[in-house]
Amino acid sequence: MTTTAPGTGRSPHRERPVPPRRRPLTLRRRESRAGLALVAPTLLVVLAVIGIPIVWTVVLAFQRVRLATLRRTGLFGEFTLDNLDRVLHTPGFADSLVTTLIYSVGSTAGSIVVGLVAALVVRAPFRGRTLVRASMLLPYVAPVVAMTFVWQVMLDPQLGIVNHWGQRLLGWDAPVPFLSQDSTALATVIAFESWRYFPFAFLFLLARLQAVPGDLEEAARVDGATPTQRFRHILLPQLMPVIALLGVLRFIMTFNKFDDVYLLTGGAAGTEVVSVRVYEFLTARTDIGAAAAQAVVLAVVLIVFVLIYLRFFARRVD
Amino acid sequence: MDRDRIETVGLRWLRRVLIAAFLLVTVFPFYYMLLLSVRPIERLLLDPGALVVGLGELTVATYAEVLKATDDGGQGFLTFIRNSGLVALAATLLTLVVAIPGAYAVARLRFFGRRQVDFLFLAVYLFPSIVIAIPLFVVFTRAGLRGSLVGLVLVYISQTLPVSVYMLKNYFETIPLSLEESAAIDGAGQLGVIRRISLPLAAPSIMAVALYDFMIAWNEFLFALLFLVDKPHRWTVSLGLAQLADGVEVPKTVLMAGSVILTLPIVALFFAGERLLTEGLTSGAEKG
Repeated sequence: MTTTAPGTGRSPHRERPVPPRRRPLTLRRRESRAGLALVAPTLLVVLAVIGIPIVWTVVLAFQRVRLATLRRTGLFGEFTLDNLDRVLHTPGFADSLVTTLIYSVGSTAGSIVVGLVAALVVRAPFRGRTLVRASMLLPYVAPVVAMTFVWQVMLDPQLGIVNHWGQRLLGWDAPVPFLSQDSTALATVIAFESWRYFPFAFLFLLARLQAVPGDLEEAARVDGATPTQRFRHILLPQLMPVIALLGVLRFIMTFNKFDDVYLLTGGAAGTEVVSVRVYEFLTARTDIGAAAAQAVVLAVVLIVFVLIYLRFFARRVD
Repeated sequence: MDRDRIETVGLRWLRRVLIAAFLLVTVFPFYYMLLLSVRPIERLLLDPGALVVGLGELTVATYAEVLKATDDGGQGFLTFIRNSGLVALAATLLTLVVAIPGAYAVARLRFFGRRQVDFLFLAVYLFPSIVIAIPLFVVFTRAGLRGSLVGLVLVYISQTLPVSVYMLKNYFETIPLSLEESAAIDGAGQLGVIRRISLPLAAPSIMAVALYDFMIAWNEFLFALLFLVDKPHRWTVSLGLAQLADGVEVPKTVLMAGSVILTLPIVALFFAGERLLTEGLTSGAEKG
């Protein structure tokens, strides 16, 4: 890598006027060259595998492309608004956008609240704390495919342990098909997401909690603030910036998620989020144009939401 | 007596209950997975609520079925393990080779466009991977790279790169500048400074990033599904397991054995590097 990089780094500088006298490069110029050279491979990969595909998806969204006709369609074939028009007027799409929204907001809120409780609970030292902390991270690091299957089996109406004990101990009349009936499927998926991603919030919140100066709380305690008051007026304000950041990050990540819903329900029972729908269009219907159009709408909606959020949040901080 | 006392005592008990609840909720699914994988399916159907393996019930036939090659009537998971391992290792190594210099440059060197690069990596996260998947699917179909593990490695590098650069950058920024300057004064060039000073100091952080990248690549599902689904001998463990669940009636116990095989390496790696990982992931979080 070090052998190929310098050549790439030099070229952007040719356009800039070279200092009049031929002197050895200044330290600053050498630094600049080295910087560009070192960052070039990263940029190249990100642009080639992420940047170009994003632009291309936008192009595809405005073309009539199917997998079968792919070979005949050039990059700059005829452009059409058909895909967008079709996509926006199919009733299923609006529904799945709403589902995506409920799913993202619910999972984001769920994972942050659970993560906050977890962070508060293991904040003070106790015996076995390291082990508890480590096991709390397990849902997050474990493979998504295995975790969705364990949940599926646990919630299975016939041989799942949840239904077995639910009927025995909680007096449920009949087994609940959590993942296949409309009334529970989306809520179950949100519960899964909160379970799987609370460790992410937990890690960040715990790190922040540990940085809160101890004398702040001590002073409040001396002044007669009860534990809940201390949380409300001392800790929570300190945590707010992290919570806000987590809110954006988790929202973005959940909004874009495909695996979890696809593996848990396959998009059935009112859980079809947009990314699962895009996948269906791409593979089952091989309608690349429509798939791209929906993906673009998904990305645009996400960007708009994030911008609104940042605007709102930036104002509140001021 | 007063509110403070009631709250303190109440919360102390609530805390104990919650710790137990968290432990149960996070660990139980893993235990359940392991439990089911060693019980025969007939026994499971008879008694779905059992919490321990009964006497004489224990079986490893499920594992044998999952691991055996397809020619011998098994599910061929040994091949999948090899594929996943190769892909994840290659993606991890290549990501590091690209990310370390990049992160160092973003952290330390002033160059034209540095702030834009920083922003670019954040912006990349805004786009759903399904957006990237569509053209990649198209390109790979055309270039005949669909079904090739090389193509998958390339995609995984792009997935792990932004987060790797971000984590490493945060770490490089914490290395005291004076250390690097004194090495430079002693006559070390830019690369010499990186090789002799920054890299050794960043070794724990690089390990953390490597573990993290390996986990991402091992766990990945969507791209494997899109690119490899037609070629069963190229499947990764994640994809193989998902296909197993979709296929003809496979007992849940066998499915759980496959899940254990998929999860075990990750859990082992995680416990081996737990300290490194938690610190690596949140370094810089305090800055807000």
